[in-house]
Amino acid sequence: MSKHTLSILVENKHGVLARVAALISRRGFNIDSLAVGPTEHPEVSRMTIAVSVDEQPLEQITKQLNKLVNVIKIVELEPTQTVQRELLLVKVKADTLTRGQVLETVQLFRAKVVDVAPDAITIEATGNPEKLEAMLRVLEPFGVRELVQSGMVAIGRGSRSISDRTLRPVPVPPPHVQSGTPAVQAQPPAERHHPVPAPPPGRTAAR
Amino acid sequence: MSEQLTGAQALIRALEHAGVDTVFGIPGGAILPAYDPMLDSTQIRHILVRHEQGAGHAAQGYAAASGKVGVCMATSGPGATNLVTPIADAYMDSVPLVAITGQVASAAIGTDAFQEADIRGITMPITKHNFLVNDPNDIASTIAEAFHIASTGRPGPVLVDVTKDAMQAKVDFQWPTELSLPGYRPVTRPHPKQVREAARLITAAEKPVLYVGGGVIRAEAEQELKELAELLGIPVVTTLMARGALPDTHELHFGMPGMHGSVSAVGALQRSDLLITLGARFDDRVTGKLDSFAPEAKVIHADIDPAEIGKNRAADVPIVGDCKEVITDLIAALRTEIANSGRTPSYETWRHQLEAVRAKYPLGFDEPEDGTLSPQHVIQRIGQIAGPDAIYTAGVGQHQMWSAHFLPFEKPRHWLNSGGLGTMGYSVPAAMGAKTAMPDKTVWAIDGDGCFQMTNQELVTCALEGIPIKVAVINNQSLGMVRQWQTLFYDKRYSNTDLHSTRIPDFAKLAEAMGCVGLRCSDKASVDATIDKAMSVTDQPVVVDFVVHRDAMVWPMVAAGVSNDEIQIARDMAPKWDGEEL
Repeated sequence: MSKHTLSILVENKHGVLARVAALISRRGFNIDSLAVGPTEHPEVSRMTIAVSVDEQPLEQITKQLNKLVNVIKIVELEPTQTVQRELLLVKVKADTLTRGQVLETVQLFRAKVVDVAPDAITIEATGNPEKLEAMLRVLEPFGVRELVQSGMVAIGRGSRSISDRTLRPVPVPPPHVQSGTPAVQAQPPAERHHPVPAPPPGRTAAR
Repeated sequence: MSEQLTGAQALIRALEHAGVDTVFGIPGGAILPAYDPMLDSTQIRHILVRHEQGAGHAAQGYAAASGKVGVCMATSGPGATNLVTPIADAYMDSVPLVAITGQVASAAIGTDAFQEADIRGITMPITKHNFLVNDPNDIASTIAEAFHIASTGRPGPVLVDVTKDAMQAKVDFQWPTELSLPGYRPVTRPHPKQVREAARLITAAEKPVLYVGGGVIRAEAEQELKELAELLGIPVVTTLMARGALPDTHELHFGMPGMHGSVSAVGALQRSDLLITLGARFDDRVTGKLDSFAPEAKVIHADIDPAEIGKNRAADVPIVGDCKEVITDLIAALRTEIANSGRTPSYETWRHQLEAVRAKYPLGFDEPEDGTLSPQHVIQRIGQIAGPDAIYTAGVGQHQMWSAHFLPFEKPRHWLNSGGLGTMGYSVPAAMGAKTAMPDKTVWAIDGDGCFQMTNQELVTCALEGIPIKVAVINNQSLGMVRQWQTLFYDKRYSNTDLHSTRIPDFAKLAEAMGCVGLRCSDKASVDATIDKAMSVTDQPVVVDFVVHRDAMVWPMVAAGVSNDEIQIARDMAPKWDGEEL
């Protein structure tokens, strides 16, 4: 199984997080990390989901996510073409004897001290998951008293945006024409339904 | 143009705008405001059912028979949870359905209020989409969105949960001209390159099969399918959900595939070198053990739902699109391919092989040796007497499979059953819904004695509302399909499958108590006369208790979890289909 990062643009509506999380869980996948927040469009939120899964099931889960009406677009972000960041707050044991060594580690990883107590230091660090893991390995021997980590957020490198052209209205079927055939002909295929993966930034994961 | 209404009036007005003529439902506390303007609607007929599950299945039957969106309505809490089974059923079988539920007042949400249930949360995994509306200004647009989502793309159920206070508030009614659904753009037009590639594979194949599923029925693509099959003489199999997509009597029709499919249909798929899959989803009941299913075949898979493609079986040529458009384009692409290559492929040898199997292993049954009535004979005679113009519904189990085998399927949307979810109790309310949508059609519910006891109270609704359906209870006094498995796989240990339905209840009397005509038949000699009598009653529902042999079994059968190659035509009897046969 390999790690994959999905960026999911969703409508900023009640219950969307529940829909996405529940769908991933009921199709039998585990989420390694999840972060959600607003974007440059107030109506759109962006989720970054890291999952460990093989290529074929990933395609299936992406297609299933795409079927959620509130999901606007899904892009798989390639690690090499992407900036990935996590935020970590960690409370480490540090008395007068060890404080110097702990502070040295903080400097080495370009982290910050955000709180000090007589027997502990609270450190704030951002970075990609590998860097934070490395820092924690060094801090571990001093004694980690408490640890909290955000989900990973990620964005493609370069000038292109995945959130252009995301919000377009659909004409409503006129009244009294309800029948078996859809009253509204579908729009030209949207990018996310295209059978061929879209170009960078990141591969459009849905097919 | 807008006008001041209450939220409840806006809801009913929106349903009228959406073209609704029938709603199946039951009122209750939270939905009560909506029932007041319902009384004034001249467009909408509300049918007061006896259980919300019946409302849901009736709406499904209405939708499946007519192609329109079925609508059901219930109150909050238990009313809404009773809709869960039909909603899940509609989700599995892609039935366009809009379910409207009342919800407690928005201030009370989350307080465990009386009759509160989080029906939006409960139905998230079993709806195409669902809504909780607590702003009265959203009612009209939400209803418009719900009908659009339910009826377009891959059809499915949409639930709209409306709070009581939203229905009581005043609102400026406006039917929207645009919908805000940025994440919903179903693809109906197939990709031309994929279609050309499919045409190329078809002309290169020697043993192609059209594996046709319910998507062809939903897309109303039966004419196109016939044209495609006849263009090159490609054998067709129709799944349980697609019975009637191509007439059973058509020479290119080789039956239903699957666990209880005919040998010719199962064999056609197993020995094929190209599956042309149209609106089917490689369900486990069709494929049997997946890795030995159609082992030699390449796969063209056309479906309107991209997630179905590659889900169970990898596709060599995936095509996302509406079946009607896919088939139309495919016919054109095949004509071009043939014109360009100057060669028309012939599958004659392959067809002759399948015709031989079809002739050698027809569907059939043995009469019980003890002189009791054969269930298959009853179903076959109902089909012959009522004919292919009648609409047939079925519950789930042996009677469903016999119906799929022995009823005359010549037209789409004349066979309604619960294929994916396998919901016992579907047939009576679904028949009610179908008859409501198609009042001029004869509607027969073929039911089992187990299924019938789950939802028969809707016969009261039928009797009072003037919906004269006909019900054949195929009464083998047991949960027949489970009993069959106990016979075959559990050493005849009949744990909890004996329903004793010859004694209790008395189905004929029960029918009469519910305002129906109740008949009983237990010998072959009077089968025709009984069916004729049932056919002659047109102003009342009729229930016929056919007391049949209890150990008749459904054959052919592929046992669960084994390869389709292990199909048996009767117990311990495998068809001969080594090299020379197929």
